[in-house]
This record gives sequence, C-alpha cells and structure tokens, in this order.
Amino acid sequence: MSRSAGSPTDVSPPDANSAVAQSYRDEWGRLLALLVARYRRLDLAEDALAEAFEAATRTWPRDGIPANPAAWLLTAARRRALDRLRAEAVRARTEPLLVVDAETHERAQRIMVDPGDVAVTDERLRLVLLAAHPALAPEAAAALTLRLVLGVSTADLARLFLVSEPTMAARLTRARRKLATAGVAFTVPEGAALAERIDVVATVAYLAFTAGYAPGSGPDVVRTELAGEAIRLVRVLRTLVGYAASPGSSSGSSSGPSPRATDAVLDPLLALMLLQHSRRDARVDDAGALVLLPDQDRSRWRQDEIAEALTLLAEAPHTSTGSPSADRDPPEDARSDARVSGDSRWGWELRIQALIAAGHATAPTAAATDWHRIAGLYDDLEALTGSPVVRLNRAVAVAEAHGPAAGLALLEGLDDRLPHSHRLPAVRAELLARVGDTEAASAAYEQAISLCDNDAERAHLIERLQVRGEALAGQAGPGDDAAVANR
Amino acid sequence: MKYLVLLAHEPGMWTEADEATFAAYHQGHVDFARAVGAHQLAGEALAGTGTATTLRRNAGRDLLTDGPYAEGPEMIGGFYLLDAPDLDTVLGWCRLLPEPYAIEVRPCVPVSGLTD
Repeated sequence: MSRSAGSPTDVSPPDANSAVAQSYRDEWGRLLALLVARYRRLDLAEDALAEAFEAATRTWPRDGIPANPAAWLLTAARRRALDRLRAEAVRARTEPLLVVDAETHERAQRIMVDPGDVAVTDERLRLVLLAAHPALAPEAAAALTLRLVLGVSTADLARLFLVSEPTMAARLTRARRKLATAGVAFTVPEGAALAERIDVVATVAYLAFTAGYAPGSGPDVVRTELAGEAIRLVRVLRTLVGYAASPGSSSGSSSGPSPRATDAVLDPLLALMLLQHSRRDARVDDAGALVLLPDQDRSRWRQDEIAEALTLLAEAPHTSTGSPSADRDPPEDARSDARVSGDSRWGWELRIQALIAAGHATAPTAAATDWHRIAGLYDDLEALTGSPVVRLNRAVAVAEAHGPAAGLALLEGLDDRLPHSHRLPAVRAELLARVGDTEAASAAYEQAISLCDNDAERAHLIERLQVRGEALAGQAGPGDDAAVANR
Repeated sequence: MKYLVLLAHEPGMWTEADEATFAAYHQGHVDFARAVGAHQLAGEALAGTGTATTLRRNAGRDLLTDGPYAEGPEMIGGFYLLDAPDLDTVLGWCRLLPEPYAIEVRPCVPVSGLTD
C-alpha cells in the first residue's frame, strides 16, 4: 500500500484497525511518556491517550491511515487533555503533579505543538523508572509498569494478576496518587543509582513473568500472555538501557541509538525468560493437563526463541568460548561489566539459571539431557545463593546423574527450610520410589498432595501416587515428576 | 515539597550503645545535617517515651495517659521537617543517618486556609 505524505488513502476497515493496533503496540509507551512530561499527571495522560486511540478506531477507517500516525495520536491526545483540564478548572479541582524538570517539560511542550520530531524523542526510560520506583509495593509496581510502558488494559492486568477488575483499578489509582503525592521524580538518575534502579525494573519484570509462568493457585498451568508481556517489557528495557548507556547522554532521550554493551542483568534475564517461554506450547496437553519436561513434545518448543536465548548467553561478558568450564566461575572482577550493574550477583544467578534452562533446551530428547553438566551448574548456583529451592533442584539433577540415593542424601535437612513446599515431598517421593521404598514414597506423595494448591499439579501428583501404588518398585522413568521444577 | 522524616528505633539503641557506637550514631546526624543544610526546616531529638503524655477526649471528657499514643516494639526518637524537590533527594539524605533507624518519610500536604 503506498501513500504520499499528507494524503491518506481510502482503506478498508480491517486495514485501518490493524494499523491502530500496530500503533498501539509500537507507540503507546513513547507517546504516554511525552504526555506525562507535558502534563505532569499520569491519570490525565493515560485517559487522553486512550481516548485518542479510540478516536483513531473511529476515524482512520473513514478518513484513512494518517501519514504520521504518532503525530496524529499525540495531537488528538493533546486536544482531549486540554478539554479535561478546562473542565477541571471550572470545577476547581486540583490533582497533585509529578515532579518533572523544566527542561523535560518544555521539550515535551514543544513537541506537542509541533509533533514532527515525535519519532525521535523517547522518554520511556523515565516512565519505566517512575513506575518501578521502590516507593511502590512490588505488585503495584509490576502492574503499573505494564500499564504505562506497554499499555496493558486494567481488565487484562486484573486477569493476569488474579484479582478483580475494581481491585486492580484501585491498586493502580493508589499507585499513581502515591507517586505524585510523595514526589517521585520523572527523571533518569546517573551512574550507579541508574544501574540500581534498572535492576529494580528487572525485578518487576521478573515478578510479572513468574506470576504468569508458575501460578501458585488456581486451575491454569500457565498464563502465557503475562509471560509474553513481561518479555516485551524486558526487550523495551534493553533498548532503553542502550540509549541511557551512551556516553554524553544525561537524560537518555535524544542522543540516538548507540552500540549497546551487553547488560549484566537484562541479557541473562531475557535469555532465561525466552527459554522458559519457548516451551509454552508443550507444557499443557489438549485436555489441559500438565505435561512435564521429560514428556514434552519437543517439536512444539519454539526454536527461534531458543536460538535467540543462546545468542544472548554466548555474547555475555567473561566467557570467550561458552564452554561449560568457562561458564562456571563468576570472575572476581564481575563489576567491570560495561553496564555497571547495581547487583551483578543477581546477573550471575540469572546467567546460571539460563544456562541450566539452555541445557534442557538443547537436548534433542529427554534421555539425551546432559545431567552431569546441569548438576554442576546447580552446584554453582547453590554456592552463589545458598537457596534451599536450588538445593532441591540440584538434588533432582544429581539423582539423574548419579542415582536416586545421591539425590535423597541432598534432601536431608530441607524440610525445616521449605516447610510449605509441595515440591520437596514430591521429589522425595519420586526418589524413594526409585530406590524401592514404596511405603515411604506413598507417604511422601500424600504429603505433597496435601500441600499443593495448584489444581493441575495436584491432579498430576494424585496420578503419580496411583501409578506408583500399582507399579513395582524400581521402575523409574527418566526425570518424571522429580523434574517438576524444570517443566 | 515538604517532607516529615520520622525516626523509629528500638528503645535501647542510644541508651545501650557503647562510646564508639554512640559517636558513630552522632556522626550520622552530623553528616545528615551537613548534607541537608538549609533544606532542614525543623528537627529535634525526642525525650524517651516514658516522658510522653497522651490526651484523648470522649464526649467532652478528657482522658490523659502517661506514655505514647501507641505502644509498640519501636519508639519515635526524633523527627526532621525537610524541604526537598523530590523523594529520592530525601531518601539520599536519610541514608546518612544511623543504620538502626526505621525511617518513615511522609510528604506534607497543603491544607487551604491553614497553611501559606
């Protein structure tokens, strides 16, 4: 479809609507950031922009897709914002304003009057840092970040975070108000402070991702849309950090793209997310039942996402060959990464987790899994974190590599550290069954079932209990539900 | 914007500190005051909670009690009233204060008719 500047063509409604949807995906965050800089209010900016998109769905099918959709939307939003401000002035209503520095505010004003440069300006990093500020509780920050940066609707957020829509609306309203009243600034901090804050945003993205990937309660095994949005957020973040990291850029807005150094946290985080997400079509069978990692149809794994993740891991600093031994030891000078990460220890944790996930992703069949390598990586991860959950996963890998007795030995003493976990007794049950202690295995399965609050997982455990009760001891399958943590 | 900074701590923080620790805590306040400078509108250390008196009224009748309005594991030991451009500025200053404090940072809101 060709069109000359300034003369929209007459397009059929489906084309226009997909153009609106495309603009929404591509432009929401960037345009919102400009409106926030201009009007210093989140509520006004969001409402005005949402109404502008609604107007686009009404007029673009009729008048054609504008030559510069972003400029059109910005102008429409501006009109609506001014209407609302006039109405509020009449009613003498005042809302607390966000702290926005004069330079940013004036720049936004200029662009809104003449939106020719709208494509170049990107204040999204400020928006990201605002929404993910530690002054907000993590769940509120996660929801608000997805809303502001990606434009996820309140209804979708409610569904994704498993609350009612009014609850989510109230949560977002409180968060917006808190940011303005408490004086959280719409700004990009410098140096180490910036690195710290980006790690906070990464935590928010990871929270959103894990909420979708492993819901603790309810019927769904996995909610892929939330995980997908979290991945999109991390992609946006990697782009923005590239802007912010360029030398001489203090506000991070208009210096243009620069060669991006590998990021110590965001790159392994994205790799980990992609690897886990790549299995989404294989994790649930047609009946809606849970399919564990060893039983998954690997032809359903998204190979393009796996390939992208492997590229990210290969490009990480400090590993020249990407070989197992080179991967294993965090270097002493881990803080010399190109982006000075506020917490590169988390980056290393993520990297090891991603390498473990990659170990599974690159095995053509479950039987071909390199469990020795994976057990070694879990060993490193446990040394780094001391986490009992990591110990549990390590026990699974060690059992695969060295036999169930070795795995059971590692489970000693974990009950005190994981008192509410259903996975611990589930793993113990599987390993006990493999060494032939069917009575103890059944007791452990019962315990696991009583602790599990996810319907799909519980159904699976009940099935295992029945199967184990019927089968002879010692007939163990590779991995089985001992690999629940890796599904 | 005005912010009230409330310093909460365990009752023994100052009274049970040895000389060196006490000096370190004091230095934290000195560093804070230096960093904040003219942005400090007010600030006081408070006498112990045993010296507090709480006044409540009910249907026109006074009820005076000995002690703070709320008993809890931590006590409010002091406050600052600051003028700052944004929250992160205040938080940056507060990081200079002694570590054992739990520090509540509350924005002040203008009330029409009462404050200028």
